[in-house]
Amino acid sequence: MKLIKFTKKGIYCIPGKFYLDPWFPVDYAIISHGHADHAKWGMKHYLCHDDSKAILQHRIGKDISIESLPYHIERTINGVKVSFFPAGHIIGSAQIRLEYKGFIVVFSGDYKVKNDHLTAPFEPVKCHEFITESTFGLPIYNWSEETVLQQQMHDWVLHNQSINRTSICVGYSLGKAQRIMKLLDGLSDIYVHSAIHNINEAIKSSGIILPQTKLWTADTDKTSLQNQIVIVPPALLGSNMIKRIPNAATAICSGWMQIRGNRRWQSVDAGFPISDHADWNGLISAVKATEAEKVYVTHGSQATFSKYLNEIGINSEEVITEYGTNEDENVETVTNLNAS
Amino acid sequence: MKYVSKLISDIEITNKTNDKIDAFVRYFNNAPDKDKLWLIAIFTGKRPKRPVKTSLMKQWCMEITKIPEWLFLESYSTVGDLGETMALLLPTPTHHIEKKFSDLMNEIVDLKSKSDDEKEAYIRHIWSGFEVQERLIFNKLIGGSFRVGVSKKTLVNALSKYSGVEANQLMHSIIGNWDANTISFDDLIQGKHINYDNSKPYPFCLAYALEKELHDLGNLSDWQVEYKWDGIRGQIVKRNDEIFIWSRGEELVTQQFPELVEAIEQLNGDFVIDGEILALKDNAILLFNDLQKRLNRKHVTKKLMEEVPIGFYAYDMMEWMGNDIRHTPLYERRELLEQLLSSKSTDNKTLFLSETISVKNWQDLIPIRAEARSRDSEGLMLKQKNSPYHTGRKKGDWWKWKVDPLTIDAVMIYAQKGSGRRSAHYTDYTFAVKKDDGLVTVAKAYSGLTNEEIIEVSRFVKKNSIEKFGPVRTVKPELVFEIAFEGIALSNRHKSGVALRFPRISRWRKDKPVDEIDTIENVKQLIHSPN
Repeated sequence: MKLIKFTKKGIYCIPGKFYLDPWFPVDYAIISHGHADHAKWGMKHYLCHDDSKAILQHRIGKDISIESLPYHIERTINGVKVSFFPAGHIIGSAQIRLEYKGFIVVFSGDYKVKNDHLTAPFEPVKCHEFITESTFGLPIYNWSEETVLQQQMHDWVLHNQSINRTSICVGYSLGKAQRIMKLLDGLSDIYVHSAIHNINEAIKSSGIILPQTKLWTADTDKTSLQNQIVIVPPALLGSNMIKRIPNAATAICSGWMQIRGNRRWQSVDAGFPISDHADWNGLISAVKATEAEKVYVTHGSQATFSKYLNEIGINSEEVITEYGTNEDENVETVTNLNAS
Repeated sequence: MKYVSKLISDIEITNKTNDKIDAFVRYFNNAPDKDKLWLIAIFTGKRPKRPVKTSLMKQWCMEITKIPEWLFLESYSTVGDLGETMALLLPTPTHHIEKKFSDLMNEIVDLKSKSDDEKEAYIRHIWSGFEVQERLIFNKLIGGSFRVGVSKKTLVNALSKYSGVEANQLMHSIIGNWDANTISFDDLIQGKHINYDNSKPYPFCLAYALEKELHDLGNLSDWQVEYKWDGIRGQIVKRNDEIFIWSRGEELVTQQFPELVEAIEQLNGDFVIDGEILALKDNAILLFNDLQKRLNRKHVTKKLMEEVPIGFYAYDMMEWMGNDIRHTPLYERRELLEQLLSSKSTDNKTLFLSETISVKNWQDLIPIRAEARSRDSEGLMLKQKNSPYHTGRKKGDWWKWKVDPLTIDAVMIYAQKGSGRRSAHYTDYTFAVKKDDGLVTVAKAYSGLTNEEIIEVSRFVKKNSIEKFGPVRTVKPELVFEIAFEGIALSNRHKSGVALRFPRISRWRKDKPVDEIDTIENVKQLIHSPN
């Protein structure tokens, strides 16, 4: 059974006549989550999870033609049953399950297996074919427990406060920023850059409750930032806006920070390996749980991960896509000081 | 171990030198004395010999983690460091081993004489009870160099802040002869094992880049003109039959230059002189990179001394027979220096007087400077003959007048990921110029691009790799860069027939198409041509 096809425009569902996270404009796009490399501009019609709807409207345009579904509710499109399952990646992220004449394909989008207590936790879905990401598809990536990460970040912020420093955390505005807010909630006031503030507002409009934050602008009184936390998107690293904050320490929050060389390459003070993607064991356990007979591996370490899956007896193939090119977990973007 | 682990974490969690110093001070306040001694030993290169082959450690790690070798190597190439790769791959510890750092170090020392089975049992035992950060430190202690972005100077400044003892004295103390297991921490920092009076250096007198017209300097006869050498500034202190070589960064580098120590021993009297250490072979000055090989070693081997022999060009004297003569005019100091060096034996091929250049008028210096490169010099130094030996940088008496760098336009053909902090990006490039119908490599360069540009080049490399040789990618010859360098010479060792001195990227020529890059003939014409 050939339910899907990898095309130049994206992942195409043949009988359904729609695309999954296409990177070129198409008539009907089903979107896994709101990151820019998965939810692109220019589709005639969008279908996504309920919690992603406001995010897409905020990022792509208020006037797009868009519908949304909750998790686990089926919609039939040209005979193909489409449903969303939690991917645990960011708020509103979904695995897309397709079923046609009893044959099931699941597209993971991006996912994280560990529960961050913010996003609906990842649910494995049994299928015949599984399309998995592989952003951190190397055995060197093993994330610490959420409580350990939280402790490390708390220690850092408390140390900064003890010497009257402002703690600046760098993380992508959709996903990582909310995660940092959650991890640091209650330690001090949390100021956020307008890019993050706007995303927060979009998320809250779907009825989701986020920790309290204050909007940080160029006009914010500098003295009010002292000892507090400021969260900014990666594009601001090295910017004058950050440099104007007196007596600050800066930390990048990204899975790439697991590697010492990446931490040291940055001219920042600290790096915390906090990721919204599955680590090595997370990827393997997720793949195994699907019991899929065929696994397609996309963006990240696709060659390595698919080779390994084949070696452990899981039929796998690497697929080249355009995902992972301008999203936060891509090391290039994290380190790109002038990213827009 | 907890204090060391905390120290390393604290150092790595900041890029501010003062924070690093404070982290060391906290360590010195909290850790047991024996642990402090071992830490200083490690940071000053007094590390035990590698007790276990890294290939064995890799083997054990693969057995424990049950990952195939290709995946291990793939991981290694991403991490860029073997000890860290293993620390990250190994499973979460099943229990926690708390060990004093000094005990751990002594165990590592003792490991050397154990059987392979005993070594394996010990390392597996430690791995099972250390968390990632401790495992990383342990692996690095066993495997070799551990760079944490802390210079000896920073360590010494921290020790000085902690103890109140003068930093240069501490530099002498920690470099000196001592053993972590026999000396006490207090004796070490008080310098009981050394005589600081014998090593105490003077602050270097530093020059400014020339910012005036020559004739504005006044009478040429008031100026001493010398070639400017691109080596390592060195201060040699000889007092009471002890010899010390201090670098510009106030680090003691005596052990790195044994032939220089030997040459100095032949000179009579006590003195302190200033000059330049250069890699010198058959009267030619070798590349600065070669000289660096000497600096980066703790123990200089005979082979390295033959490969990269060094020489010292002396140009000033600050102390003679116990008297500080820095206030006396340069011409008097120079006379004393010349007298001193005239006593050297004729077979001395290490010590030289930095020659002075005499011309009739200022204009005559212009062609001399322009041709400085043909003498492996990077320009001229102009020094006021009546000037004292200043402390630090003082404008007006010492000027450096460097030649402008040479440049060529070349295309990138190979790229390789950096190591350590640069391991995520393609940062090391090889460049080629045109030769007949093809290309020939002329230079390798690592520096000169901004972080943003490195990211952009890395992206290009990933998309445009033609071939893969281990870590090296052959890329489509498309990106053109202007390469600046300090000198050029014919060379048999290089395929292109030329060797460039200190090449670096001066800018990315996005405006220039590949067919407009230089040819090897253009490049060869630069040899000994004035700029």
